[in-house]
Amino acid sequence: MSDSLLLAVLIGIAFGVALEQAGLGNAAKLTGQFYLTDFTVMKVMLSAILTAMLGAFWLGRFGLIDPAQVHVPETFLWPQIVGGMIFGVGFALAGLCPGTACVSASSGRLDGLAAIGGLFAGVLATGLAFPALAGFYGSGARGVVTLPATAGLPEGVVVLLVVLAALGVFRLIATREQEG
Amino acid sequence: MRIQRPYANPYWCGAALGLVLLGAYALAGRGLGASGAFASGASALAGAASPEGAAANAYFAGYLASGGPANDWLVFEIFGVVIGGLASAWLSGRFRIAMDRGPAAAPRLRLAAAAAGGAIMGLGAVLARGCTSGQALTGGALLSLGSWLFMAALFVAGFAAAQMLKRLWR
Repeated sequence: MSDSLLLAVLIGIAFGVALEQAGLGNAAKLTGQFYLTDFTVMKVMLSAILTAMLGAFWLGRFGLIDPAQVHVPETFLWPQIVGGMIFGVGFALAGLCPGTACVSASSGRLDGLAAIGGLFAGVLATGLAFPALAGFYGSGARGVVTLPATAGLPEGVVVLLVVLAALGVFRLIATREQEG
Repeated sequence: MRIQRPYANPYWCGAALGLVLLGAYALAGRGLGASGAFASGASALAGAASPEGAAANAYFAGYLASGGPANDWLVFEIFGVVIGGLASAWLSGRFRIAMDRGPAAAPRLRLAAAAAGGAIMGLGAVLARGCTSGQALTGGALLSLGSWLFMAALFVAGFAAAQMLKRLWR
């Protein structure tokens, strides 16, 4: 096994541990987010995004990582908006997303296993239907485009705005949890 | 039997997850993912069933051209996720053969919903070129416009759909 693939396994292990320790292998906790009875999903996602965003920003500033060496997902407007909506419906129905379904299944849960089976079938079926979807799949192509470039603001300003917005959400969550 | 420990603080878990993501950026030049591993596996199956058919299909051919699952970074990463989830649950006394479901949802309904939801997510993840890991977390922290649009669309649709699916969880 190459060094790169060994690194992938190690990063995956840490990813799985973080999800499981937070309780995100448990579909009842995940769906609690959609019914506003459990805010674990929002807390974990936003703290992860803040940490990685600030880390990437400052390490880049101090020249410790080269931002040009990090692959930024390209933007395809329509398939990502429509795909996101379809994905959201599937997420609410399954109570799990692909990564958390793997943790759910590996921590012994049968619903996680069923979600994995469905996911594999869904990806395979979509792949088989790909010739009919290819036009839409490639629509709204914008290449690599970031929020700072879209808003015409310096990256540091957008980073600060994301931090402030996330802190605002954490505060709302804390208020809501105190009200019980 | 091990004593079952409570889940850890979600803010600390999220920060730890963010450091893992940052480590992936710095060491591997890429972020995390999940649905891509399934796409790689599905492409291999399609290729095994019909090599000509898979080669003529732009989606499968793209995955097969990069070396198939045995050379796919995300397949190895997801293998790690499974090991990490298992080890973490086991060491915290939380490993159980069980099912999470709402009080009014029969086991068969819950399994059917999980499988159907998984299949729908498969369609969405192919179109969006990623899922909660590859788009929302990875692209979100890199401030990719498409990733933030994906995340917004996901939560709006998820909240709306959940209101019609209360029978599963309430």
